[in-house]
Amino acid sequence: MDLTVTWAFIIAFAVAMYVVMDGFDLGIGILFPLVPVGRERDQAMNTVAPVWDGNETWLVLGGGGLLAAFPLAYAIILPALYTPLIAMLLGLVFRGVAFEYRWRDPGHRKYWDFAFFAGSLVATFMQGVTLGALLHGIHVEGRSYAGGWWDWLSLYSVMTGAGLVAGYALLGACWLIWKAEGDLHARARRHARILVPLLVAAIGAVSLYTPFVLPQYAERWFQYPGLLVTVPMPILFGTVTLALWWSLRRGRDWMPFLLTLGLFLLSMAGLAISIWPDVIPGRVTIWQAAAPYSSQVFMLVGALVLVPIILAYTGWAYWVFRGKVGDHGYH
Amino acid sequence: MAVSETALLLARIQFAFTISFHFIFPALSIGLASYLAVLEGLWLKSGRSAYLNLFRYWLKIFAVVFAMGVVSGIVMSYQFGTNWSVFSDRAGPIIGPLMAYEVLTAFFLEAGFLGVMLFGMEKVGRRLHFTATLMVAIGTAISAFWILAANSWMQTPTGWAINDQGQFVPAGSWLDIIFNPSFPYRFTHTVIAAYLTTALAVGSVGAWHLLRGRATPEVRTMFSMAMWMAALVAPVQIFVGDQHGLNTLEHQPAKIMAMEGHFRSHPEGAPLILFGIPDSEAETVHGAVEIPRLGSLILKHDLDAPLAGLDTVPRADRPPVGIIFWSFRIMVGLGALMALLGLCSLIARVRKTLYDWRWLHHFALVMGPSGFVAVICGWVTTEVGRQPWVIYGLLRTRDAVSPIATPGVTGSLIAFVIVYFTVFAAGALYILKLMGHAPAAGEPDTPKGPIRSAGITPAPSMTRGEDG
Repeated sequence: MDLTVTWAFIIAFAVAMYVVMDGFDLGIGILFPLVPVGRERDQAMNTVAPVWDGNETWLVLGGGGLLAAFPLAYAIILPALYTPLIAMLLGLVFRGVAFEYRWRDPGHRKYWDFAFFAGSLVATFMQGVTLGALLHGIHVEGRSYAGGWWDWLSLYSVMTGAGLVAGYALLGACWLIWKAEGDLHARARRHARILVPLLVAAIGAVSLYTPFVLPQYAERWFQYPGLLVTVPMPILFGTVTLALWWSLRRGRDWMPFLLTLGLFLLSMAGLAISIWPDVIPGRVTIWQAAAPYSSQVFMLVGALVLVPIILAYTGWAYWVFRGKVGDHGYH
Repeated sequence: MAVSETALLLARIQFAFTISFHFIFPALSIGLASYLAVLEGLWLKSGRSAYLNLFRYWLKIFAVVFAMGVVSGIVMSYQFGTNWSVFSDRAGPIIGPLMAYEVLTAFFLEAGFLGVMLFGMEKVGRRLHFTATLMVAIGTAISAFWILAANSWMQTPTGWAINDQGQFVPAGSWLDIIFNPSFPYRFTHTVIAAYLTTALAVGSVGAWHLLRGRATPEVRTMFSMAMWMAALVAPVQIFVGDQHGLNTLEHQPAKIMAMEGHFRSHPEGAPLILFGIPDSEAETVHGAVEIPRLGSLILKHDLDAPLAGLDTVPRADRPPVGIIFWSFRIMVGLGALMALLGLCSLIARVRKTLYDWRWLHHFALVMGPSGFVAVICGWVTTEVGRQPWVIYGLLRTRDAVSPIATPGVTGSLIAFVIVYFTVFAAGALYILKLMGHAPAAGEPDTPKGPIRSAGITPAPSMTRGEDG
């Protein structure tokens, strides 16, 4: 397989890992106002405290990897999505420090809890907007972005933003179903049952809208061989959704989380089918944006050796903190 | 879209602002991570509880510093693209892989083991926990390696070629890119600076508690360890800094001319200008206090060696003199004071008054922030001294900027300033609060901290309430 394609898969893997790993801890932030102050909030926070910054590192890999493997794409996309990206970064600043600050300053804890919520919400929404704006099309001239300041804002990008908020919130709720006990666990199950229909509605709306955004998406989905995927996709999606719904009522505690991840992975697969082989839809292909061969090889050696090691010790860290996170009331 | 002068200036201010804020945190976390590894190692070896108490005390501070470093660092990894997209496009094939390696070899290592280091002592046992601490410490050093390789390549680019798209691409071996001429010097100088900065901060906290009459074994140990570092490492740093300067003279002479305030050439041997007001328009240093020929002695190790001045550099290629003339002097002055502090501590040790000499404690206390100031001044010197180039001699800063407009970059700059000052001022306050308490015997590992009772053996020590 050619190296550029390999790198496209590695970047896609990093983005997928980011969504899998950081989605739930951003989701807990989004749900934070619905969790009562005190033990439940502390417990919710403690389910992610040891792992959150490892999770966020995948975002840095996504950004750094894009710069390294597809520098032209990085150089066009980041100025184009300037505002949502800066807003996302500032959101991440607030929520990241809140993990430590809320314990250091009980007098102002409610403000840091709010920072955790608002930062998570803004970061998530803006990630969704970024995705939507990228799909919606970026105005390129020569080797740079040539659009305006507000190009990123559209009905479509707001829809993807809202959809991602619902999705991460559901991941957060399902994570709490898995890791929490008692009242918090029961509450998370109730939240999840509200969030599933919201997420399904959002994904449905975005899926129906997408073919009309750029002609290439319609061609991809409604012409052979894309049709081969178009038909089974809703069936697969429906099956996973039903399984998720069932698992929220009587499944094991880890099942809803994995099934929600299943919904995310299906959505990302759909996304990949829509844009392949472009990195900026309709404008720049992965081959046009690719770094030269020597850069790709140099990094590939590192990625092939290091990513498995990273996965191993990250897995170990999760294993160390496995099981339910209780609080003193429950033991 | 043509980029206005204002937008360019604002983009530069934004980068300078976000990188300067960010740099403060790694400067402390590189040093603290190693300090924590040393403390834990000493505890495992000797069993002295003072080491464990100190470890737990500084671990809480490390956690706050690290969180601030992570969030301000994520901003940096996107700044290259938002404001400097032409740079990203053209230098991406070289800078990108270096940064990707930083993420893969360092960031994941630090973040992956941080959770265990902070919260996992009861779960994994002492040996494995020490391993986690070591991994975090090693991660911080690897991180410095890659990011300074990238920065050094921008200062002294080697091993590159230009492709059809106008991109800088590797010409041959990556080793030529990584081990570019200024890298070994910059890496050594910066890592030592991080250690020294940490030592001065630790020493300052120790001095504060000594002045308050809290001469517990923990306080004495940290003060003594910090003073050893100042005494041994500050002179080494002065030597390394001098070597770094000679390397800069060889590869970036205009930077040295600006640092020294040498507007005109001195064929007969250059003076060392101690102070003065540099004036780039008039091309002179007003009211200069100078020592004849000392400049040549320092830079060429010869009193009569000729030294070229900025008059040999076209105006368009000169760095701004005023800023780096002063930032350099502040850094050097603070370095000298650090060495003096170390010397005083040695005298105190000989006189056996290390824990009683109040003047020394006052000195160490006020020197607490000096490492941070010196680090920022050193960074300003090297980065502003690289101007007007972003890749020295090859790509001008003004040609590297994104197609940005003034309103957008103004808005984001204001947002960064407000958010950083709020968030990091709060963080600094919390760190000072933590430092304000003396490390106690039986120091809890995370008082008022998150509850870590996940898992199999919920022992009472792990189920902590809010009041510790």
